[in-house]
Amino acid sequence: MEIDPLIFRLSIFILSIFVGYYVVWSVTPSLHTPLMSVTNAISSVIIVGAIIAGLSGNSDNVFNSSSIFGFLAIALAAINIFGGFLVTQRMLAMYKKKKKDKQK
Amino acid sequence: MISANLSAIFYLVSGVLFILALRGLSSPETSRQGNLFGILGMIIAITVTFLSTGNFSTGFKFVLIFILAGGSIGAFIAYKIPMTAMPELVAGFHSLVGLAAVFVAVSAFLNPEAFNLGTPGNIKLGSLIEMSIGAAVGAITFSGSVIAFLKLQGIMSGSPITFKGQHPLNAIILISIVVLIYLLCSTQSSNLFWILLAVSFLIGFLLIIPIGGADMPVVISMLNSYSGWAAAGIGFTLENTALIITGALVGSSGAILSYIMCKGMNRSFFNVILGGFGATEDASSSSTKEQRPVKSGNADDAAFLMKNASSVIIVPGYGMAVAQAQHALREMVDTLKKNDIKVSYAIHPVAGRMPGHMNVLLAEANVPYDEVFELEEINNDFANADVAFVIGANDVTNPVAKTDPQSPIFGMPVLDVEKCKSVLFVKRSLSPGYAGIDNDLFYKENTLMLFADAKKMTEDITKNL
Repeated sequence: MEIDPLIFRLSIFILSIFVGYYVVWSVTPSLHTPLMSVTNAISSVIIVGAIIAGLSGNSDNVFNSSSIFGFLAIALAAINIFGGFLVTQRMLAMYKKKKKDKQK
Repeated sequence: MISANLSAIFYLVSGVLFILALRGLSSPETSRQGNLFGILGMIIAITVTFLSTGNFSTGFKFVLIFILAGGSIGAFIAYKIPMTAMPELVAGFHSLVGLAAVFVAVSAFLNPEAFNLGTPGNIKLGSLIEMSIGAAVGAITFSGSVIAFLKLQGIMSGSPITFKGQHPLNAIILISIVVLIYLLCSTQSSNLFWILLAVSFLIGFLLIIPIGGADMPVVISMLNSYSGWAAAGIGFTLENTALIITGALVGSSGAILSYIMCKGMNRSFFNVILGGFGATEDASSSSTKEQRPVKSGNADDAAFLMKNASSVIIVPGYGMAVAQAQHALREMVDTLKKNDIKVSYAIHPVAGRMPGHMNVLLAEANVPYDEVFELEEINNDFANADVAFVIGANDVTNPVAKTDPQSPIFGMPVLDVEKCKSVLFVKRSLSPGYAGIDNDLFYKENTLMLFADAKKMTEDITKNL
């Protein structure tokens, strides 16, 4: 009997939920806003699906009904990826310790 | 062109990097490095996708163009957005993730060959289930986040919109989504797929409109969670580990944040979701309202009290952010510190409009993060402090939550501000806060009310110090 590959993916999924649970509980409450913006950015890894969809057209017809949705999804996900990581970076750069503050 | 096995390993690597990105947020020192891990993970995932399709034809150029177009819009927003508007920004970003998930699902439905999922009208059953769940959750995330965005931005009224039969209607729609997915999988009809999307957009809209503006911290966290589950659904369809891991991480992250926010308000998750809070309390509060004497003072009195204190605790709330008083506040604190007065900040879990919002606003005003404390860390210190300076906060300091079981906020964790030797309360008027109840703190012997705009009052105090 062979195991359906779906079961493997499901295992990864369930284990990741547990990893997420413990990792997120250890995030300090003062960084909860950056946590939300960075989860926003990483969930836009959905762009990999969008890229496959965008490249599904052939060279004569780059834009077919399916690839257009792919291209739109690429643009949306890209806004999120750049926006999410950069705004997180901007926020994290503001968190300073007392001593460092005086050196400035 | 790289093999499917190799690309699967790289996707796993980027999944692990995303875990490290979240792990880094356990302290501000490691967080910046964590963010870099996240960026690296994203670069790996995108590069591997290009290599595995091995398609560098005309389509590839357009992919790059769209990435650059979206990326520059995103970068522009990221640099321009004021920190007070973070909740709106995050809600907006959630809607984009949701919509992107819908678009990918639509594309896969129209052209399943490109994803190795079968042929149109004959898509593999498992993939179709995963795809429709991903699309439905994505659509709910999109329309829900749009409503949250409009409410936060003030374009739409923050007050709950309720009507008769709302909950039964929502229940019927949710059941119909399940039925539609079942029918879609048995008939493969594209019409059903479009109907499913339309109904999901509708329910996302209906689920968020009854929730009041001040409950938005829960809503944003919840939509954060949804966007994760949508990504995971698509990840199963595309058999992509990076997407499955990330979806699970984001899904559980949002769920935990929703839980923390609900706990901060002592309300159950369902109580928030069913909505309508804040609209029904007015009647009860106005009947019990009586004229009680308050002591009010001016900036001079406040400065005098603080100058003679040895320790001061600042309690900022959303009102401070509205008045843009955070920079003026930090200047006042700098002056206090020069006079060898110990100053710390106390942050209630629901002090801002989203989890951790107040911490970001203080960090932006150059307040060192090791002077800022969470409720559990600092609550015992109020008894030893000389002055509590409450600026823009109200309900989170109300002692009624500990004493009066009749109160709507009874049981909510509150800051023990009343234990301080004296309390300075900056507020425009005696009007009740979001919960619609009077704050006993206003009438305490040791409370001095400072009726003014938060920013102006803080500046005036600094002048008098």
